[in-house]
Amino acid sequence: MNMLEIENLDVWFGTARNRVEAVKAAIFDVAQGESFGLVGESGSGKSTILRAITGLAPNWSGRITVQQTALTKKRPKAFFKTVQMVFQDPYASLHPRHSVDQVLGETLHLHGFKQIDARVVKLLDDVGLGQKFRFRYPHQLSGGQRQRVAIARALAPEPALLLLDEPTSALDVSVQAEILNLLADLRQEHKLTYLMVSHDLSVVGHMCDRLAVMKDGEIVEIMDVAALQRMEATHPYAQHLLQASI
Amino acid sequence: MAEHYLRAWLLTDTPTSRRHAKMSALYQGWLSFRSNTMAMIGLIILLLLVLIAAAAPLISPHDPFVQDLGNRLAPLGTPGHIFGTDSLGRDILSRLIYGARITLYIVALVALIAPVVGLLVGTVSGYVGGWVDVVLMRITDIFLAFPRLVLALAFVAALGAGIENAVLAISLTAWPPYARIARAETLTIRSSDYISAIQLQGAGALRIITKHIWPLCISSLIVRVTLDMAGIILAAAGLGFLGLGAQPPSPEWGAMISEGRRFILDHWWVATMPGLAIFTVSLAFNLLGDGLRDVLDPKAGE
Repeated sequence: MNMLEIENLDVWFGTARNRVEAVKAAIFDVAQGESFGLVGESGSGKSTILRAITGLAPNWSGRITVQQTALTKKRPKAFFKTVQMVFQDPYASLHPRHSVDQVLGETLHLHGFKQIDARVVKLLDDVGLGQKFRFRYPHQLSGGQRQRVAIARALAPEPALLLLDEPTSALDVSVQAEILNLLADLRQEHKLTYLMVSHDLSVVGHMCDRLAVMKDGEIVEIMDVAALQRMEATHPYAQHLLQASI
Repeated sequence: MAEHYLRAWLLTDTPTSRRHAKMSALYQGWLSFRSNTMAMIGLIILLLLVLIAAAAPLISPHDPFVQDLGNRLAPLGTPGHIFGTDSLGRDILSRLIYGARITLYIVALVALIAPVVGLLVGTVSGYVGGWVDVVLMRITDIFLAFPRLVLALAFVAALGAGIENAVLAISLTAWPPYARIARAETLTIRSSDYISAIQLQGAGALRIITKHIWPLCISSLIVRVTLDMAGIILAAAGLGFLGLGAQPPSPEWGAMISEGRRFILDHWWVATMPGLAIFTVSLAFNLLGDGLRDVLDPKAGE
Protein backbone atom coordinates (compact mmCIF):
# COMPACT_ATOMS: atom_id res chain seq x y z
CA MET A 1 0.00 0.00 0.00
CA ASN A 2 1.26 3.45 -0.79
CA MET A 3 1.38 6.09 1.92
CA LEU A 4 1.94 8.92 -0.51
CA GLU A 5 1.41 9.17 -4.25
CA ILE A 6 2.39 12.16 -6.30
CA GLU A 7 1.37 12.49 -9.92
CA ASN A 8 2.22 15.29 -12.34
CA LEU A 9 2.87 17.72 -9.53
CA ASP A 10 3.60 21.26 -10.68
CA VAL A 11 4.42 23.94 -8.13
CA TRP A 12 5.00 27.56 -9.00
CA PHE A 13 5.60 30.90 -7.33
CA GLY A 14 4.39 34.28 -8.50
CA THR A 15 1.97 35.00 -11.32
CA ALA A 16 2.08 35.87 -15.02
CA ARG A 17 5.47 37.22 -16.06
CA ASN A 18 7.06 36.63 -12.67
CA ARG A 19 5.90 33.03 -12.54
CA VAL A 20 8.66 30.63 -11.57
CA GLU A 21 8.13 26.91 -12.05
CA ALA A 22 9.71 25.37 -8.97
CA VAL A 23 8.60 21.79 -9.58
CA LYS A 24 7.67 20.35 -12.99
CA ALA A 25 5.60 17.20 -13.47
CA ALA A 26 6.97 15.29 -10.51
CA ILE A 27 5.87 11.67 -10.24
CA PHE A 28 6.78 9.30 -7.41
CA ASP A 29 5.22 7.30 -4.65
CA VAL A 30 6.26 6.32 -1.15
CA ALA A 31 5.17 2.96 0.24
CA GLN A 32 3.84 2.47 3.76
CA GLY A 33 6.79 2.25 6.16
CA GLU A 34 9.29 3.22 3.49
CA SER A 35 11.93 5.91 3.79
CA PHE A 36 12.20 7.88 0.58
CA GLY A 37 14.87 10.47 -0.16
CA LEU A 38 14.81 13.53 -2.40
CA VAL A 39 18.27 14.75 -3.40
CA GLY A 40 19.52 17.53 -5.60
CA GLU A 41 21.34 20.81 -5.39
CA SER A 42 19.96 24.01 -3.85
CA GLY A 43 16.96 25.37 -5.74
CA SER A 44 16.14 22.09 -7.43
CA GLY A 45 12.67 22.05 -5.86
CA LYS A 46 13.15 19.35 -3.20
CA SER A 47 11.85 21.38 -0.28
CA THR A 48 9.12 22.87 -2.44
CA ILE A 49 7.60 19.40 -2.92
CA LEU A 50 7.37 19.06 0.87
CA ARG A 51 5.83 22.49 1.20
CA ALA A 52 3.28 21.66 -1.49
CA ILE A 53 2.30 18.47 0.34
CA THR A 54 1.79 20.33 3.62
CA GLY A 55 -0.05 23.22 1.97
CA LEU A 56 2.61 25.82 2.79
CA ALA A 57 3.13 26.35 -0.95
CA PRO A 58 -0.45 27.01 -2.07
CA ASN A 59 0.11 27.16 -5.84
CA TRP A 60 0.23 23.63 -7.16
CA SER A 61 -1.54 21.42 -9.65
CA GLY A 62 -1.52 17.70 -10.21
CA ARG A 63 -2.46 15.00 -7.77
CA ILE A 64 -1.24 14.42 -4.23
CA THR A 65 -2.68 11.38 -2.48
CA VAL A 66 -2.04 10.60 1.16
CA GLN A 67 -3.31 7.24 2.41
CA GLN A 68 -5.60 6.88 -0.62
CA THR A 69 -7.16 10.33 -0.06
CA ALA A 70 -6.53 12.97 -2.70
CA LEU A 71 -5.67 16.38 -1.24
CA THR A 72 -7.65 19.49 -2.07
CA LYS A 73 -6.45 23.08 -1.81
CA LYS A 74 -7.41 23.36 1.85
CA ARG A 75 -6.01 20.77 4.24
CA PRO A 76 -8.52 19.39 6.74
CA LYS A 77 -7.50 19.18 10.39
CA ALA A 78 -7.24 15.40 10.21
CA PHE A 79 -4.52 15.79 7.57
CA PHE A 80 -2.14 17.23 10.14
CA LYS A 81 -2.65 14.20 12.35
CA THR A 82 -1.33 12.03 9.51
CA VAL A 83 1.40 14.21 8.03
CA GLN A 84 3.92 16.23 9.99
CA MET A 85 7.09 18.06 9.05
CA VAL A 86 10.49 18.75 10.64
CA PHE A 87 12.08 21.94 9.40
CA GLN A 88 15.62 22.52 8.28
CA ASP A 89 16.77 25.16 10.71
CA PRO A 90 16.08 24.39 14.37
CA TYR A 91 17.08 27.96 15.24
CA ALA A 92 14.14 29.30 13.21
CA SER A 93 11.50 26.65 13.77
CA LEU A 94 10.90 27.24 17.49
CA HIS A 95 9.04 30.30 18.76
CA PRO A 96 11.63 32.40 20.65
CA ARG A 97 9.21 33.28 23.47
CA HIS A 98 7.68 29.83 24.02
CA SER A 99 9.20 27.27 26.37
CA VAL A 100 9.53 23.64 25.31
CA ASP A 101 6.55 22.87 27.53
CA GLN A 102 4.42 25.49 25.77
CA VAL A 103 5.44 24.31 22.30
CA LEU A 104 4.55 20.66 22.95
CA GLY A 105 1.55 21.44 25.17
CA GLU A 106 -0.04 23.69 22.58
CA THR A 107 0.51 21.14 19.82
CA LEU A 108 -1.12 18.41 21.89
CA HIS A 109 -3.98 20.73 22.80
CA LEU A 110 -4.58 21.60 19.13
CA HIS A 111 -4.87 17.92 18.28
CA GLY A 112 -7.37 17.38 21.04
CA PHE A 113 -5.30 15.15 23.31
CA LYS A 114 -6.11 14.68 26.99
CA GLN A 115 -3.54 14.21 29.76
CA ILE A 116 -1.22 16.72 28.16
CA ASP A 117 1.24 16.75 31.07
CA ALA A 118 1.92 13.03 30.85
CA ARG A 119 2.21 13.18 27.08
CA VAL A 120 4.73 16.04 27.15
CA VAL A 121 6.89 13.98 29.51
CA LYS A 122 6.59 10.96 27.22
CA LEU A 123 7.47 12.96 24.09
CA LEU A 124 10.58 14.41 25.71
CA ASP A 125 11.66 10.92 26.72
CA ASP A 126 11.02 9.65 23.20
CA VAL A 127 13.42 12.14 21.64
CA GLY A 128 16.05 11.65 24.32
CA LEU A 129 15.57 14.94 26.16
CA GLY A 130 15.20 14.66 29.93
CA GLN A 131 12.68 16.40 32.15
CA LYS A 132 15.13 19.17 32.94
CA PHE A 133 14.62 20.58 29.45
CA ARG A 134 10.87 20.85 29.78
CA PHE A 135 10.63 24.44 30.96
CA ARG A 136 13.55 25.86 29.04
CA TYR A 137 13.29 28.46 26.33
CA PRO A 138 14.90 27.90 22.90
CA HIS A 139 17.81 30.25 23.67
CA GLN A 140 18.74 27.94 26.56
CA LEU A 141 19.08 24.95 24.19
CA SER A 142 21.79 23.86 21.75
CA GLY A 143 21.07 23.27 18.07
CA GLY A 144 20.79 19.51 18.48
CA GLN A 145 18.48 19.89 21.49
CA ARG A 146 16.30 22.31 19.56
CA GLN A 147 16.02 19.87 16.67
CA ARG A 148 14.97 17.18 19.15
CA VAL A 149 12.23 19.49 20.39
CA ALA A 150 11.14 20.09 16.79
CA ILE A 151 11.05 16.34 16.20
CA ALA A 152 9.03 15.87 19.40
CA ARG A 153 6.58 18.48 18.15
CA ALA A 154 6.22 16.67 14.82
CA LEU A 155 5.67 13.37 16.64
CA ALA A 156 3.09 14.82 19.04
CA PRO A 157 0.02 14.17 16.84
CA GLU A 158 1.26 10.60 16.25
CA PRO A 159 1.60 11.00 12.48
CA ALA A 160 2.09 8.20 9.96
CA LEU A 161 4.12 10.22 7.45
CA LEU A 162 6.97 12.47 8.53
CA LEU A 163 8.40 15.00 6.08
CA LEU A 164 12.02 15.82 6.90
CA ASP A 165 13.40 18.97 5.30
CA GLU A 166 17.18 18.59 5.61
CA PRO A 167 16.81 17.94 9.33
CA THR A 168 20.55 17.88 10.00
CA SER A 169 22.09 20.34 7.56
CA ALA A 170 22.17 23.16 10.13
CA LEU A 171 23.91 21.03 12.76
CA ASP A 172 27.46 20.02 13.64
CA VAL A 173 28.71 16.75 12.20
CA SER A 174 28.74 14.93 15.56
CA VAL A 175 25.23 16.17 16.37
CA GLN A 176 24.08 15.21 12.86
CA ALA A 177 24.84 11.58 13.57
CA GLU A 178 22.90 11.69 16.85
CA ILE A 179 19.83 13.17 15.20
CA LEU A 180 19.98 10.73 12.26
CA ASN A 181 20.21 7.77 14.65
CA LEU A 182 17.33 9.17 16.69
CA LEU A 183 15.24 9.49 13.49
CA ALA A 184 16.12 5.93 12.46
CA ASP A 185 15.14 4.61 15.92
CA LEU A 186 11.89 6.58 15.97
CA ARG A 187 10.98 5.23 12.57
CA GLN A 188 11.26 1.67 13.80
CA GLU A 189 9.51 2.37 17.08
CA HIS A 190 6.55 4.29 15.67
CA LYS A 191 6.37 2.53 12.28
CA LEU A 192 6.76 5.85 10.49
CA THR A 193 7.07 6.59 6.80
CA TYR A 194 9.74 9.16 5.95
CA LEU A 195 10.02 11.52 3.02
CA MET A 196 13.42 13.09 3.48
CA VAL A 197 15.01 15.96 1.61
CA SER A 198 18.76 16.24 1.63
CA HIS A 199 21.65 17.40 -0.49
CA ASP A 200 23.95 14.98 1.31
CA LEU A 201 24.03 11.61 -0.48
CA SER A 202 25.69 9.84 2.44
CA VAL A 203 22.82 10.89 4.72
CA VAL A 204 20.29 9.62 2.20
CA GLY A 205 22.28 6.42 1.72
CA HIS A 206 22.19 5.85 5.47
CA MET A 207 18.55 6.77 6.07
CA CYS A 208 16.56 5.86 2.96
CA ASP A 209 15.40 2.81 1.00
CA ARG A 210 14.85 4.63 -2.30
CA LEU A 211 15.63 8.05 -3.59
CA ALA A 212 14.77 10.48 -6.36
CA VAL A 213 17.34 12.78 -7.92
CA MET A 214 16.06 16.24 -8.83
CA LYS A 215 17.46 18.86 -11.16
CA ASP A 216 15.85 22.22 -12.01
CA GLY A 217 12.46 21.19 -10.66
CA GLU A 218 12.35 17.85 -12.45
CA ILE A 219 12.87 14.36 -11.13
CA VAL A 220 15.55 12.92 -13.40
CA GLU A 221 15.94 9.51 -11.81
CA ILE A 222 14.43 7.28 -9.15
CA MET A 223 16.63 4.49 -7.82
CA ASP A 224 17.06 2.35 -4.74
CA VAL A 225 19.86 2.72 -2.26
CA ALA A 226 21.60 -0.47 -3.41
CA ALA A 227 21.97 1.10 -6.84
CA LEU A 228 23.23 4.27 -5.21
CA GLN A 229 25.90 2.32 -3.38
CA ARG A 230 26.93 0.55 -6.61
CA MET A 231 27.00 4.00 -8.26
CA GLU A 232 24.64 2.79 -10.98
CA ALA A 233 22.88 5.91 -12.10
CA THR A 234 21.57 6.02 -15.65
CA HIS A 235 20.91 9.73 -16.01
CA PRO A 236 24.09 11.73 -16.66
CA TYR A 237 23.24 14.35 -14.00
CA ALA A 238 22.60 11.67 -11.37
CA GLN A 239 25.89 10.02 -12.33
CA HIS A 240 27.60 13.38 -12.02
CA LEU A 241 26.09 13.89 -8.56
CA LEU A 242 27.29 10.48 -7.42
CA GLN A 243 30.80 11.15 -8.72
CA ALA A 244 30.91 14.50 -6.96
CA SER A 245 29.93 13.00 -3.62
CA ILE A 246 32.81 10.57 -3.34
CA MET B 1 21.45 32.86 53.10
CA ALA B 2 17.81 32.63 52.06
CA GLU B 3 18.44 35.48 49.67
CA HIS B 4 21.32 33.57 48.15
CA TYR B 5 19.13 30.53 47.52
CA LEU B 6 16.38 32.65 46.01
CA ARG B 7 18.89 34.18 43.62
CA ALA B 8 20.23 30.79 42.58
CA TRP B 9 16.67 29.54 42.15
CA LEU B 10 15.81 32.51 39.93
CA LEU B 11 18.96 32.30 37.82
CA THR B 12 18.90 28.57 37.20
CA ASP B 13 19.34 27.16 33.72
CA THR B 14 16.98 24.28 34.46
CA PRO B 15 13.62 25.60 35.63
CA THR B 16 11.39 22.96 37.18
CA SER B 17 7.93 24.38 36.57
CA ARG B 18 6.06 26.79 34.34
CA ARG B 19 5.97 29.41 37.09
CA HIS B 20 9.66 28.96 37.82
CA ALA B 21 10.55 29.51 34.14
CA LYS B 22 8.43 32.67 34.00
CA MET B 23 9.88 34.10 37.23
CA SER B 24 13.38 33.31 36.06
CA ALA B 25 12.87 35.10 32.73
CA LEU B 26 11.36 38.11 34.54
CA TYR B 27 14.21 38.27 37.03
CA GLN B 28 16.83 38.20 34.28
CA GLY B 29 15.03 41.02 32.49
CA TRP B 30 14.98 42.99 35.74
CA LEU B 31 18.71 42.45 36.26
CA SER B 32 19.58 43.82 32.84
CA PHE B 33 17.16 46.73 33.36
CA ARG B 34 18.63 47.53 36.77
CA SER B 35 22.12 47.86 35.35
CA ASN B 36 20.89 50.78 33.20
CA THR B 37 21.24 53.79 35.51
CA MET B 38 19.36 56.30 33.36
CA ALA B 39 16.41 53.97 32.94
CA MET B 40 16.32 53.41 36.70
CA ILE B 41 16.23 57.18 37.24
CA GLY B 42 13.26 57.38 34.86
CA LEU B 43 11.51 54.52 36.64
CA ILE B 44 12.08 56.10 40.07
CA ILE B 45 10.69 59.46 38.92
CA LEU B 46 7.58 57.74 37.54
CA LEU B 47 7.09 55.67 40.69
CA LEU B 48 7.36 58.89 42.70
CA LEU B 49 4.75 60.46 40.42
CA VAL B 50 2.40 57.54 41.03
CA LEU B 51 2.95 57.78 44.80
CA ILE B 52 2.38 61.53 44.76
CA ALA B 53 -0.80 61.16 42.73
CA ALA B 54 -2.10 58.41 45.03
CA ALA B 55 -1.33 60.35 48.21
CA ALA B 56 -2.34 63.78 46.86
CA PRO B 57 -4.85 64.64 49.64
CA LEU B 58 -2.33 63.69 52.32
CA ILE B 59 0.73 65.54 51.07
CA SER B 60 -0.66 68.63 49.38
CA PRO B 61 -0.29 71.59 51.78
CA HIS B 62 -3.43 73.40 50.57
CA ASP B 63 -6.70 72.75 48.80
CA PRO B 64 -5.88 73.19 45.07
CA PHE B 65 -9.21 74.93 44.42
CA VAL B 66 -9.40 77.40 47.32
CA GLN B 67 -8.84 80.94 46.11
CA ASP B 68 -7.18 83.64 48.15
CA LEU B 69 -7.28 86.84 46.14
CA GLY B 70 -5.43 88.78 48.83
CA ASN B 71 -2.39 86.57 48.29
CA ARG B 72 -2.39 86.25 44.52
CA LEU B 73 0.81 85.81 42.47
CA ALA B 74 2.96 85.28 45.55
CA PRO B 75 6.57 84.60 44.48
CA LEU B 76 8.58 81.42 44.93
CA GLY B 77 9.57 80.63 48.51
CA THR B 78 6.69 82.50 50.15
CA PRO B 79 6.13 80.90 53.57
CA GLY B 80 3.34 78.32 53.18
CA HIS B 81 3.52 78.52 49.37
CA ILE B 82 6.93 77.19 48.29
CA PHE B 83 6.11 77.38 44.58
CA GLY B 84 4.10 80.57 45.00
CA THR B 85 0.47 81.15 44.08
CA ASP B 86 -1.32 81.73 40.80
CA SER B 87 -3.52 84.59 39.60
CA LEU B 88 -6.38 83.53 41.89
CA GLY B 89 -4.16 82.91 44.92
CA ARG B 90 -4.26 79.12 44.66
CA ASP B 91 -1.20 77.23 45.89
CA ILE B 92 0.80 76.11 42.83
CA LEU B 93 2.47 73.14 44.62
CA SER B 94 -0.91 71.70 45.62
CA ARG B 95 -2.22 72.17 42.10
CA LEU B 96 0.84 70.42 40.65
CA ILE B 97 0.31 67.49 43.05
CA TYR B 98 -3.33 67.10 42.09
CA GLY B 99 -2.41 67.67 38.43
CA ALA B 100 -0.24 64.54 38.61
CA ARG B 101 -3.47 62.56 38.89
CA ILE B 102 -4.83 64.06 35.69
CA THR B 103 -1.56 63.49 33.86
CA LEU B 104 -1.45 59.83 34.93
CA TYR B 105 -5.09 59.41 34.00
CA ILE B 106 -4.46 60.72 30.49
CA VAL B 107 -1.29 58.69 30.04
CA ALA B 108 -2.91 55.48 31.27
CA LEU B 109 -6.00 55.85 29.08
CA VAL B 110 -4.04 56.68 25.94
CA ALA B 111 -1.63 53.82 26.65
CA LEU B 112 -4.60 51.49 26.95
CA ILE B 113 -6.34 52.58 23.76
CA ALA B 114 -3.82 53.59 21.08
CA PRO B 115 -1.32 50.68 21.15
CA VAL B 116 -4.09 48.09 21.44
CA VAL B 117 -5.92 49.48 18.42
CA GLY B 118 -2.63 49.77 16.53
CA LEU B 119 -1.61 46.22 17.44
CA LEU B 120 -4.95 44.82 16.35
CA VAL B 121 -5.03 46.67 13.03
CA GLY B 122 -1.35 46.07 12.28
CA THR B 123 -1.19 42.35 13.03
CA VAL B 124 -4.46 41.51 11.29
CA SER B 125 -3.40 43.54 8.28
CA GLY B 126 0.04 41.96 8.18
CA TYR B 127 -1.06 38.38 8.77
CA VAL B 128 -4.20 38.23 6.62
CA GLY B 129 -2.78 40.29 3.76
CA GLY B 130 -4.64 40.75 0.49
CA TRP B 131 -7.41 43.33 0.29
CA VAL B 132 -7.78 43.45 4.09
CA ASP B 133 -4.22 44.70 4.24
CA VAL B 134 -4.84 47.28 1.51
CA VAL B 135 -7.99 48.67 3.16
CA LEU B 136 -6.56 48.82 6.69
CA MET B 137 -3.27 50.36 5.60
CA ARG B 138 -4.94 53.03 3.46
CA ILE B 139 -7.08 54.00 6.48
CA THR B 140 -3.87 54.19 8.49
CA ASP B 141 -2.31 56.36 5.80
CA ILE B 142 -5.25 58.76 5.93
CA PHE B 143 -4.82 59.19 9.68
CA LEU B 144 -1.05 59.59 9.29
CA ALA B 145 -1.48 62.27 6.63
CA PHE B 146 -2.96 64.75 9.12
CA PRO B 147 -0.78 66.74 11.52
CA ARG B 148 -1.43 65.13 14.87
CA LEU B 149 -2.42 68.14 16.95
CA VAL B 150 -4.62 69.55 14.20
CA LEU B 151 -6.51 66.27 13.91
CA ALA B 152 -6.86 66.08 17.70
CA LEU B 153 -8.15 69.66 17.69
CA ALA B 154 -10.75 68.75 15.09
CA PHE B 155 -11.89 65.73 17.12
CA VAL B 156 -12.12 67.71 20.35
CA ALA B 157 -13.98 70.47 18.55
CA ALA B 158 -16.45 67.90 17.25
CA LEU B 159 -16.79 65.94 20.50
CA GLY B 160 -16.68 68.87 22.93
CA ALA B 161 -13.94 69.99 25.28
CA GLY B 162 -12.98 67.90 28.28
CA ILE B 163 -10.35 65.44 29.46
CA GLU B 164 -12.08 62.27 28.25
CA ASN B 165 -12.57 63.70 24.78
CA ALA B 166 -9.00 64.95 24.72
CA VAL B 167 -7.81 61.44 25.56
CA LEU B 168 -10.01 59.98 22.87
CA ALA B 169 -8.77 62.50 20.32
CA ILE B 170 -5.12 61.86 21.20
CA SER B 171 -5.65 58.10 21.00
CA LEU B 172 -7.35 58.38 17.63
CA THR B 173 -4.37 60.27 16.29
CA ALA B 174 -1.74 58.14 18.05
CA TRP B 175 -2.60 54.61 16.84
CA PRO B 176 -1.41 54.70 13.18
CA PRO B 177 2.34 54.53 13.94
CA TYR B 178 1.71 51.50 16.20
CA ALA B 179 -0.25 49.82 13.42
CA ARG B 180 2.65 50.43 11.05
CA ILE B 181 5.19 48.95 13.47
CA ALA B 182 3.00 45.95 14.26
CA ARG B 183 2.39 45.28 10.57
CA ALA B 184 6.09 45.49 9.72
CA GLU B 185 6.94 43.07 12.53
CA THR B 186 4.13 40.73 11.52
CA LEU B 187 5.37 40.60 7.94
CA THR B 188 8.79 39.39 9.07
CA ILE B 189 7.32 36.97 11.62
CA ARG B 190 4.60 35.39 9.52
CA SER B 191 6.94 33.81 6.98
CA SER B 192 9.17 32.30 9.66
CA ASP B 193 9.40 28.57 10.24
CA TYR B 194 7.82 28.62 13.69
CA ILE B 195 4.65 30.13 12.25
CA SER B 196 4.67 27.50 9.46
CA ALA B 197 5.15 24.88 12.16
CA ILE B 198 2.11 25.96 14.13
CA GLN B 199 0.08 26.22 10.92
CA LEU B 200 0.97 22.58 10.33
CA GLN B 201 -0.65 21.76 13.67
CA GLY B 202 -3.91 23.10 12.28
CA ALA B 203 -3.94 26.34 14.29
CA GLY B 204 -6.33 29.04 13.09
CA ALA B 205 -5.50 32.65 12.24
CA LEU B 206 -6.90 33.95 15.54
CA ARG B 207 -4.68 31.69 17.65
CA ILE B 208 -1.60 32.44 15.56
CA ILE B 209 -2.13 36.19 15.74
CA THR B 210 -2.88 36.38 19.46
CA LYS B 211 -0.57 33.69 20.83
CA HIS B 212 2.33 33.67 18.40
CA ILE B 213 2.57 37.07 16.76
CA TRP B 214 1.43 39.39 19.57
CA PRO B 215 4.07 38.29 22.09
CA LEU B 216 6.77 39.20 19.58
CA CYS B 217 5.23 42.57 18.62
CA ILE B 218 4.37 43.73 22.11
CA SER B 219 7.90 44.43 23.29
CA SER B 220 8.69 46.84 20.48
CA LEU B 221 5.28 48.47 20.99
CA ILE B 222 5.91 48.94 24.72
CA VAL B 223 9.17 50.66 23.93
CA ARG B 224 7.51 52.86 21.37
CA VAL B 225 4.67 53.72 23.77
CA THR B 226 7.01 54.80 26.56
CA LEU B 227 8.99 56.90 24.10
CA ASP B 228 5.72 58.42 22.81
CA MET B 229 4.41 59.14 26.30
CA ALA B 230 6.31 62.41 26.42
CA GLY B 231 4.61 63.44 23.20
CA ILE B 232 1.22 62.36 24.53
CA ILE B 233 1.65 64.39 27.72
CA LEU B 234 2.69 67.35 25.60
CA ALA B 235 -0.29 66.90 23.28
CA ALA B 236 -2.64 66.73 26.28
CA ALA B 237 -0.95 69.81 27.74
CA GLY B 238 -1.22 71.48 24.33
CA LEU B 239 -4.95 70.80 24.17
CA GLY B 240 -5.24 72.08 27.76
CA PHE B 241 -3.22 75.15 26.80
CA LEU B 242 -5.59 75.86 23.91
CA GLY B 243 -8.55 75.47 26.26
CA LEU B 244 -9.81 72.26 24.61
CA GLY B 245 -8.56 69.75 27.18
CA ALA B 246 -9.10 69.95 30.92
CA GLN B 247 -11.44 72.77 31.87
CA PRO B 248 -10.85 75.30 34.66
CA PRO B 249 -10.56 75.03 37.61
CA SER B 250 -9.08 71.58 37.03
CA PRO B 251 -5.32 71.71 37.82
CA GLU B 252 -4.17 70.13 34.56
CA TRP B 253 -0.55 71.13 33.90
CA GLY B 254 -1.12 72.40 30.36
CA ALA B 255 -4.10 74.47 31.46
CA MET B 256 -1.97 75.91 34.29
CA ILE B 257 0.67 77.05 31.81
CA SER B 258 -2.06 78.60 29.73
CA GLU B 259 -3.30 80.59 32.73
CA GLY B 260 0.21 81.65 33.66
CA ARG B 261 0.99 82.83 30.16
CA ARG B 262 -0.69 86.19 30.83
CA PHE B 263 1.79 87.00 33.59
CA ILE B 264 4.85 85.32 32.17
CA LEU B 265 7.02 88.47 32.11
CA ASP B 266 6.33 89.74 35.62
CA HIS B 267 5.41 86.49 37.38
CA TRP B 268 7.36 83.82 35.51
CA TRP B 269 6.93 81.02 38.09
CA VAL B 270 3.20 80.65 37.47
CA ALA B 271 3.85 79.18 34.03
CA THR B 272 7.32 77.78 34.70
CA MET B 273 6.47 75.39 37.55
CA PRO B 274 3.93 73.28 35.63
CA GLY B 275 6.27 73.48 32.63
CA LEU B 276 9.06 71.95 34.72
CA ALA B 277 6.68 69.23 35.90
CA ILE B 278 5.78 68.31 32.29
CA PHE B 279 9.46 68.39 31.37
CA THR B 280 10.45 66.07 34.24
CA VAL B 281 7.76 63.49 33.57
CA SER B 282 8.39 63.51 29.81
CA LEU B 283 12.09 63.04 30.41
CA ALA B 284 11.38 60.18 32.83
CA PHE B 285 9.25 58.39 30.24
CA ASN B 286 11.96 58.81 27.61
CA LEU B 287 14.65 57.43 29.90
CA LEU B 288 12.42 54.50 30.84
CA GLY B 289 11.69 53.83 27.16
CA ASP B 290 15.37 53.72 26.30
CA GLY B 291 16.01 51.25 29.10
CA LEU B 292 13.06 49.07 28.16
CA ARG B 293 14.28 48.97 24.59
CA ASP B 294 17.55 47.48 25.78
CA VAL B 295 15.73 44.84 27.85
CA LEU B 296 12.85 43.97 25.56
CA ASP B 297 14.22 44.26 22.05
CA PRO B 298 14.18 40.68 20.78
CA LYS B 299 16.88 41.46 18.22
CA ALA B 300 19.33 42.65 20.84
CA GLY B 301 18.80 39.91 23.41
CA GLU B 302 18.97 36.12 23.28
